[in-house]
Amino acid sequence: MSRLASDHTYSPIIFEQGQEGRGSRYVESGGAPTGFLPPEALRADLPLPDNSELDVVRHFTRLSARTFGIDLGFYPLGSCTMKYNPRVNDAMAELPALRDLHPWTPDDLAQGALQIMWELERSLCSLFGMAAFSLNPSAGAHAELTALLIAKKYFKDRGERQRGTVIVPDTAHGTNPASAAMCGFKVLSLRSDARGRVSVDELKNVLGADTAVCMMTNPNTLGLFEDHIHEIARAVHEAGGLMYYDGANANALMGNARPGDMGFDLMHLNLHKTFTIPHGGGGAGHGPVGVAAHLVEYLPIPYVRARAKAGADPNAAPSDRMEFRLDFDLPHSVGPVRSFWSNFAHAVRALAYIYANGAEGLAKVSQLAVLNANYLRVRVRDFLETPYDEICRHEFVASAQDLKRETGVKALDLAKALLDRGFMAPTIYFPLIVAESLMIEPTETESKETLDEFVAALREIVSLAKSDPGKILAAPEHTVVGRLDETRAARQPDLRWYPHPATA
Amino acid sequence: MYTPHTPRDIAQMLATVGVNSLDDLVRVPDAVALRERLDLVPALPEAGIVKRFEHFARKNVGASYISFLGGGSYRHYTPPAIASLAMRGEFLTSYTPYQAEVSQGYLQAIYEWQTYVCLLTGLDIANASVYDGATALAEATIMSIHANGRKRALVSRAVNPNYRAVLQTYCDGLDVELDEIPVTANGTTDLAALQALVAGGSYACVALQSPNFFGNIDVPDAAAQSAIAASGTVSIAVVAEAIALAVLATPASWGAQIAVGEGQSFGVATAYGGPYLGFMATTKEHMRRIPGRLVGKTVDAGGNEAYVLTLQAREQHIRRERATSNICTNQAHCALIATIYLALLGKTGLQDVASANLKRSRELAASVASLQGCALEFDAPFFNEVVVNVGRPAGEVLDRLKGRGILGGIDLGRFYPEYANFILMTATELTSAGDIKALHAALNEVLDVPARV
Repeated sequence: MSRLASDHTYSPIIFEQGQEGRGSRYVESGGAPTGFLPPEALRADLPLPDNSELDVVRHFTRLSARTFGIDLGFYPLGSCTMKYNPRVNDAMAELPALRDLHPWTPDDLAQGALQIMWELERSLCSLFGMAAFSLNPSAGAHAELTALLIAKKYFKDRGERQRGTVIVPDTAHGTNPASAAMCGFKVLSLRSDARGRVSVDELKNVLGADTAVCMMTNPNTLGLFEDHIHEIARAVHEAGGLMYYDGANANALMGNARPGDMGFDLMHLNLHKTFTIPHGGGGAGHGPVGVAAHLVEYLPIPYVRARAKAGADPNAAPSDRMEFRLDFDLPHSVGPVRSFWSNFAHAVRALAYIYANGAEGLAKVSQLAVLNANYLRVRVRDFLETPYDEICRHEFVASAQDLKRETGVKALDLAKALLDRGFMAPTIYFPLIVAESLMIEPTETESKETLDEFVAALREIVSLAKSDPGKILAAPEHTVVGRLDETRAARQPDLRWYPHPATA
Repeated sequence: MYTPHTPRDIAQMLATVGVNSLDDLVRVPDAVALRERLDLVPALPEAGIVKRFEHFARKNVGASYISFLGGGSYRHYTPPAIASLAMRGEFLTSYTPYQAEVSQGYLQAIYEWQTYVCLLTGLDIANASVYDGATALAEATIMSIHANGRKRALVSRAVNPNYRAVLQTYCDGLDVELDEIPVTANGTTDLAALQALVAGGSYACVALQSPNFFGNIDVPDAAAQSAIAASGTVSIAVVAEAIALAVLATPASWGAQIAVGEGQSFGVATAYGGPYLGFMATTKEHMRRIPGRLVGKTVDAGGNEAYVLTLQAREQHIRRERATSNICTNQAHCALIATIYLALLGKTGLQDVASANLKRSRELAASVASLQGCALEFDAPFFNEVVVNVGRPAGEVLDRLKGRGILGGIDLGRFYPEYANFILMTATELTSAGDIKALHAALNEVLDVPARV
């Protein structure tokens, strides 16, 4: 019997289920469209399946059972900060007057929503040492694009159009160079030094009149704090460039250190990493972009403004004594970057998380995230190479290079073997500068017991790789499907279901 | 909150690591140390958080008004089954499905979403989603520029003004010129002007929205289609109200090579503007230029059918500055919601919703048009939005309606100075006969008041 036939989580594709006319009745029909529109405006056919509600519920429940989330187990995916997503945040986002508020609602009738956005913005400014944040960008990469548009406009206004180069360390996320390219910048990749940091000397060699922005992740993707950041920022500023902080790793320093104090002019946050917004299978995210004082007027529109409200109760909370509006009139703005104002439901979740912790709580969050990562690092180095072995921040990078030489078992194989043991795999083959890398980020919400179980599983896998490598090379064996034929997927792309066999 | 560490755990773990305190772990050089005390909202217990957000919710007075707002965000009925399925923790708390063996369910759902988008638009290939309708249009424009190497783009002035503004932002980044096609007196794209503009062969693409921002069906006629094709311009169809796809001729049927739009209408809450989801579909010819995630079907080592993220060589994490786009995080969870919505409603249910929108919006139009001092500005076929000329500044009329508990629509003067007297009004299946009656009565009162000069 095939694996699928015995699998109670399997559900055939939705298009091969159902019968026309089986659907449930959700709204009253308005009658035939021909009664309202000329025939040439209408489509010939709508080839969608009609399903009973039970069949749909069963289908997606089964699909959920074939999907691994944080709620099922440990998710040490480096650079992705897969921490627990508190349920109260979702409940707040579902409050009807927040969930169902229309984006074109006049400001005076949407004061609660604007207050949430304003409180979130002010909190982020204080936490990260920025003059202002725009909540507009939808995700980290979107925020990078926004920030680089700001930089481009800023230099244009200063008559420095020749600043066309963005400097990116070789440990950077792929979004950094890709975002720079979308703003017409040339990308210059900077080699890391032997300590896994940006080399100040090498940086100084490439700085010049063409330097626009230096994009840095700190701690970097090796989990190491860029301890020369002060010098780096000074050198970039002296060359007339701007410093950009990629906030993907902000969970490592939130409440303990601030990009603003390090000399960064621009930054983004991934609220879906650091501030517990669920990733939902790859989004939606929320990527506020923060700026220092000299760049505030370049922020995208709209921007939330507050002013004292006449006749407010003097005993009320500070933000309750204010009134708010969306400001569309920032003369130097790069313009809007999305259809509407922000991924508002996520702003609700992020603010609820800030309320749950306060300043001290958030600082503690970072400290415990760093503690968990270091605890794993010193336990994992007993049996796997850790090329940059020093106190790390929220994550660390191990390497299966020696193991591969010895046994033929690669990082990919270790990852698949972890899936068999009920763990999500770490990020593998990133950062690019470590061969056979496993980038491990436990986050602060995991207990010591969970970390110990993970270490035990990984130790057992490495030991099995040495005694019986075939077992690891065959993994995973206990998942609903085995290793996939990715070459076939790319060579013969099958990206959709067809009503009839595809003709092409 | 949400950290499980006991003081004993912390002590043991610090000892294992070999440091004395948590502070030692997060210390940074003095030159960049924290400069000031943090000023955040106060920490609250969970019950206090709920109280605080209920307070915010009460201040959103507009959420309970009778509403005729649309303009790119639409109120539609959402079956409760959607939330109970989409909010399952397995879906909600998973990451981008890089490890396919433990992500088959989500990958299959995305493959189903890609198929729904293809079936609705009539095109061959669809991606897993982008941020929203506006950014989908921007990404489609970038695809077109990559396809034919031209550095100018053309967009109809009847396309949602927010989308056009976002497109302008992206074009500024890419040093691409953006030109606009004028609108006729009947509220549709001036197709003669379109033909003249594309004739030179200088535009990478031309974007038309249907139903357009005024609610009107707005697609190129045969002559305009030929002119676009002959000039080598990529035609982009924009759809801001996805429910219309259930009844209107598909973008593919009038020659669109890329169809993009906003999927919010498929079960996603209006939520003061987000998160929503942009959809993108195109022809096989452009398959390797489409940005974002693509899920493909393949087999596993045992020959079982299976799904996986594919064609990743287009993407930023592989190709870095040479990627088709910088997009990484998309709107997967919104796409899941939309997929569940479409599965629940099916062909019959979706047609019911679309026809209810057609019916309600005509009832709205007839009711408003019967008032002294109100007129429908255009008589083109429309979907669920109409433009009403109130013969005086729309902003004033809307303010007075607001005083009567009604959000009457969108003041078109905000985006089109020549339309200062026009209101864009929307009716969906959730608009009741009572709502329309209330608007009629309120408008009647408001329009009786002499306008300030």
